[in-house]
Amino acid sequence: MKILVPIKRVPDPDHRIRVDLQRIALELSDVPHIINPFDANALEEAVRIREGPVPDAEIIAIGIGDPAWQQELRTSLAMGADRAIHVGVSGPPDPWNVARILRAITERESPDLVLMGKQAVDDDSNQAGQFVAGLLGWPQATFVSQIEFIPLDPEPSIAGHQLRVARETDTGIETIRLRLPAVITADLRLNEPRYAALPAILKAKRKPIETIPLTELNIELSPRVERIALQEVSSSRKCQYVQSVDELLDQLFLNRCL
Amino acid sequence: MRILAVIEHDGSSPKPGSLAAVGFAQAVAERNGGHVASLVIGHTVAGIAEILTSFGIVYFADSPALANPLADRYAQVIVDAVSRYHADMLVAASSTYAKDIVGRAAGLLGGAMVSDVVAHDWRDGQLLFVRPMHAGMVTETVILHGDPKIVTIRPTAYPQPIAMETQGELFPIAVQDPLPVGMMWEHLESKLGTRPDVTDARIVVAGGRAIADRHDFERLVGGLADCLDGAIASTRALVDAGIAPNSLQVGQTGKIIAPELYIALGISGAVQHLAGMKNSKKVLAINKDPNAPIFDFADYGLVGDVYDVVPELIGKLHEP
Ligand SMILES: Cc1cc2nc3c(=O)[nH]c(=O)nc-3n(C[C@H](O)[C@H](O)[C@H](O)COP(=O)(O)OP(=O)(O)OC[C@H]3O[C@@H](n4cnc5c(N)ncnc54)[C@H](O)[C@@H]3O)c2cc1C
Repeated sequence: MKILVPIKRVPDPDHRIRVDLQRIALELSDVPHIINPFDANALEEAVRIREGPVPDAEIIAIGIGDPAWQQELRTSLAMGADRAIHVGVSGPPDPWNVARILRAITERESPDLVLMGKQAVDDDSNQAGQFVAGLLGWPQATFVSQIEFIPLDPEPSIAGHQLRVARETDTGIETIRLRLPAVITADLRLNEPRYAALPAILKAKRKPIETIPLTELNIELSPRVERIALQEVSSSRKCQYVQSVDELLDQLFLNRCL
Repeated sequence: MRILAVIEHDGSSPKPGSLAAVGFAQAVAERNGGHVASLVIGHTVAGIAEILTSFGIVYFADSPALANPLADRYAQVIVDAVSRYHADMLVAASSTYAKDIVGRAAGLLGGAMVSDVVAHDWRDGQLLFVRPMHAGMVTETVILHGDPKIVTIRPTAYPQPIAMETQGELFPIAVQDPLPVGMMWEHLESKLGTRPDVTDARIVVAGGRAIADRHDFERLVGGLADCLDGAIASTRALVDAGIAPNSLQVGQTGKIIAPELYIALGISGAVQHLAGMKNSKKVLAINKDPNAPIFDFADYGLVGDVYDVVPELIGKLHEP
């Protein structure tokens, strides 16, 4: 079994993000970068699948970005990916083009499962996984907080459903079954990603990162989303402190909040 | 321009937040002389379709095979409806339903999609969309290239739709045979309870890590909410700890709400949480740490222990 795990390099969300003076780009040069937290959940789950139900699983991390992304791919190898693919582009493409590239890689590698983060904490789009699933025509399960491998059922109407997954939805936890190959997008509660230990980091240095130029995939980027401006958001509220519950209730009633 | 709005429902009526997509569609159509239609998908949804006719034409797909929202089937129906209506734009209100299903449909329709739109504008006849990113610390303005354009809007940012003078026509959509079978429904474990829905409530009381266990969550957060006819909510910390169900999580990866009053009990004010509540009309924070960032995003602040303050508050609200 092969599992493809897309990895995005994102600015560390614990750092304040600034917009440049032209209001078109983010000032990111001093901001440390990390693996998108949801992608770390996806990778961790892939490793747990290999440690548990599918010992012969091969895990391939894939990054689509500039050369700096090799760092996050190295970290992915240290966390347990077997090998990595780096598709070189100058900046992260929009979700549609990410999905096209992932489809092309999927056609090359024929994975059984694409396991990815449900959203990236920089653009917060929450689109790429659904796009890839649609493009490939594969079953999808988004916002997944649990994955279970189940024995194949001989009953023809439900034959071939190999995975049972729990999805976090607005109305509660939904459970569905999926056939493979499939696309799964991870939510934070899927697991707690591990930190790579030193021996794993050293071992990762010897694992291969294959670099693939876009031209080799026969893809020309055609952005669907064009950014024309950015704006920082700040709080306009001024907190009025109250000293007691009585004063609080007075204020709330006075201002018709209750 | 022909705009098709995908409407989410609870089996008997459209979800109020979902109707904001029609509100958005009407605003766009009014400006550029466009037309608006709704789409509802499910089983025994004729009644819901009927309700929606007050906003114009309604397409509906009704089949036992569509009894539960499975993305592969539903996305196929959406693509069929887009082609039937010759829609140039597909809209839905942002929710886990829309992200899952409309997202997949967008993948089948060419990927010109923008998520979580909070405002729009026009420039040279072209639509500009404003949306938050980086957990709401930054907003970006974007244009979309390609058709159809697929848009999800934040229901908190757009009004409910205006009813038309005459009812729209109903058009059934035949369900393709065979539908995809790679996904199979099992069940939904819903912990919605009897309190108002967090996305529609006028007052929301939210608990953070200060709340030690389920019992205290019910007593303090639930107790205060009940005094105010409010809804309950929580931070990710309490959902991770198993104290609150995931459907109550507010924030970057949870629900986005904007009630008249948001009461934060023992919540620090992490950006990921603020992302879900900072557009509330008024915010009250109660926290024992005077330096908690939540106070920078609050209108009223009380520095104190929620275990002392909240029981006192509940007691005084019960007094005649
Ligand atoms: C990718 C990502 C996505 C995330 N998405 C979300 C999201 O959608 N929603 C979300 O909420 N979080 C989200 N988080 C988590 C977020 O970063 C914070 O960890 C979380 O919001 C903190 O919750 P909290 O305020 O309850 O807990 P804490 O940060 O631990 O704060 C507890 C607060 O309670 C106060 N306190 C403690 N005891 C008392 C007492 N007895 N009386 C009064 N005050 C007291 C403390 O002073 C403190 O300010 C996300 C994180 C990541 C990395």
